[in-house]
Amino acid sequence: MTDLDEYRSRARAWLAERTADLPPDPGLAESRAFMADLYDAGHVGITWPAEYGGRGLTAAEERAFQQVAADFPLPVSVFGIGLGMCGPTLLSLGTEEQKRRYVRPLLRGEEIWCQMFSEPGAGSDVASLQTRAVRDGDHWIVDGQKVWTSVARQADLGLLIARTDPDVPKHQGITMFVIDMHAPGVDVRPLRDMTGESHFNEIFFTGVRVPAENVVGEVNGGWSAAVTTLLHERVSIGMGATRTERPASFAALRTAARERGLLGEPGVQDLLLDLYLRERAFDLLNARMSQEVRAGIQPGARGSVSKLLLADLTLGSADLASEILGPECLTGDVPIARALAWAPGMALGGGTNEIMRNIIGDRVLGLPREPQVDRNIPFKALKVGTQAKEDGE
Amino acid sequence: MRLIPTEEQRELAATVRSFLADRVPMRRVREIAESDEPYDRTAWTRLSSELGLAGLAVPEAHGGSGAGFGEVAAVLEELGAALTPVPYFSAVVAASLLVTLDAKDLLPGVASGETVAVVALPDGSDGSDGSGGEAPVGRIVDRGEWVLEGAVERVPDGPSADLLLVAASTGEGRRGVFAVTADAPGLTVTPLASFDLTRPQARVELGGAPARLLGMNEAGAASDAGAAIDRTADVARVLLAAEQLGGMRRCLDVIVEYAKLRVQFGRFVGSFQGVKHKLADMHCVLEQAESVVRYAVWAADEAPDELPEAAAFAASFMGRAHFQVAKDHLLLHGGIGFTWEHDAHLHYKRAKADELMLGSPRAHRARLAEALGLT
Repeated sequence: MTDLDEYRSRARAWLAERTADLPPDPGLAESRAFMADLYDAGHVGITWPAEYGGRGLTAAEERAFQQVAADFPLPVSVFGIGLGMCGPTLLSLGTEEQKRRYVRPLLRGEEIWCQMFSEPGAGSDVASLQTRAVRDGDHWIVDGQKVWTSVARQADLGLLIARTDPDVPKHQGITMFVIDMHAPGVDVRPLRDMTGESHFNEIFFTGVRVPAENVVGEVNGGWSAAVTTLLHERVSIGMGATRTERPASFAALRTAARERGLLGEPGVQDLLLDLYLRERAFDLLNARMSQEVRAGIQPGARGSVSKLLLADLTLGSADLASEILGPECLTGDVPIARALAWAPGMALGGGTNEIMRNIIGDRVLGLPREPQVDRNIPFKALKVGTQAKEDGE
Repeated sequence: MRLIPTEEQRELAATVRSFLADRVPMRRVREIAESDEPYDRTAWTRLSSELGLAGLAVPEAHGGSGAGFGEVAAVLEELGAALTPVPYFSAVVAASLLVTLDAKDLLPGVASGETVAVVALPDGSDGSDGSGGEAPVGRIVDRGEWVLEGAVERVPDGPSADLLLVAASTGEGRRGVFAVTADAPGLTVTPLASFDLTRPQARVELGGAPARLLGMNEAGAASDAGAAIDRTADVARVLLAAEQLGGMRRCLDVIVEYAKLRVQFGRFVGSFQGVKHKLADMHCVLEQAESVVRYAVWAADEAPDELPEAAAFAASFMGRAHFQVAKDHLLLHGGIGFTWEHDAHLHYKRAKADELMLGSPRAHRARLAEALGLT
């Protein structure tokens, strides 16, 4: 038995025991308790540096754990933003003090993280954000509004990007901060989305005082930090997809069509074949990209390919499901209706399909960029967000 | 399941790529296409004997180098990209059939490239297409001597063949594989006007030509070669998919470069989202296609049980994908892409011909539907 096999079987035994008596829908307290135990057992931050609370092991152990963990329902999704985006950003850009202060509690689930980039007037063009941070002695004062923030209601801390210099072009006057989500002036409001639920939030900042030591990276150097964070996001959205449930999967729809005696109907076989081709090609692409990562080839901007295809597949398969199943799939609380309502979110969150195509064109294919009319203009002179309205009056 | 090429496969591809860029540039491809030569004999000799590529997947004991389809696919991707006019695809499919049938005496000549062997299947696939011709039939004339009757309507690389491997009925629902030389008495090979200028086709009239039945059992009786023929058809689909992948990649590379150079309305055309987004979508298709092909090639090498489904899947996916990318690559060139002098139409025509070469797309989809239990 190799060390890795031993590691795998220890992890499996631990997970089997610890998940055995989890309630079917664990609440926040159970999730936190689970995460703390998972961390103490050595299964969180496996490849993260030991001096900040990680285990300092290799990608081989991480992979072994992920393989084993895929068989268990782990109540850890609330920690996903921290582990997938905020943590890696802090590790690469944070000060020594920040890494010592934040990383261990993040890994242990003691502090939940969120990420605050998008604004009502800054969606695809995040760099035109208007939330501002003004220096006041050894603090910054933050005012503005963020939107589409996951887990903000549960979060203790968050990464925020804000305008710190409106007199320079838009990309050059942004700074990243760590925000205490419990600080006075931070107002989190659930945003009811088209599914009828509130997966996201709006956040209003009114005179929020942020200590100067909470700046992540350089003052006015926040844009490149944000780009790094977003790359992590796309890779994790696209490549995580094989593990999530697919109510409109080929296998599920084949079964449904067979049960209803529809396989012989004109068109149904073709629709199912088309779905199979897309779904299988997508799964194989993800498998190939995972193998590349293991071989040391980082996906980088190619994560956008996976994200775009997943968005297409999610919407396409839900649409197809409705065609096969007919009116019955739209009444009552049924998975296909939920999938249809959720699918647009996949095509919009983490960057719209159009932005994904821009990224693939610019960064993967190296095509010439669109002329940017706002490139050399001070931010305060741009017609963006509420500034556009001011101009019209 | 391995979905990324090995270091050796990458090196092999790089060697072939640089050889082709050097020795068989598009100028040479056109020269052959517009001549009476069915293929580039100089390039073939160097590729098959000097680089030893014809026998890549033939066991060393039979004059090959004992590699696998993964290596053959690496070569085919480059040949597909460069539209190289050599009968490599047909030769490796023929070699695979000869290996399956254990035709020891024929293998060394095929593995060295001295004999160009070509498989003649009714419409290249499984005979289910109803090609309209008189299907080949083998008939015993005298004490184990066979002759072939009937015709094969379209044989890719038929004009290049020294040796034809003909799948024919041997009676009682059995199928056999016959070896017949191109100069056999009675045999007529008629080159056809081909839509794809870079891969010739021929009609083969068998005309009572004497032929040798391969894969005889110990007692010298004709055993049914049906399984070997089906497997070879699947291998052919997978290998063609690899060639198609190379063609797609070249199409995308070429049009991306053009979009970085061509200026209209005062901007590089690649900066317009109407163009950029189409190119991004083509790249997405390419990323999927590479994954599909790597999987199918892996199945051909390592998972014979999965091969029939993998081959039907790869053929169903790649025919469409290749043509879509080749078509959009031509269109995004604008008017220049419609000229004879530009190479875009050569790729476009190859893509369409490839899509139909081993049976119609609906036949591939029907096979896939059956494999997936959709019938």
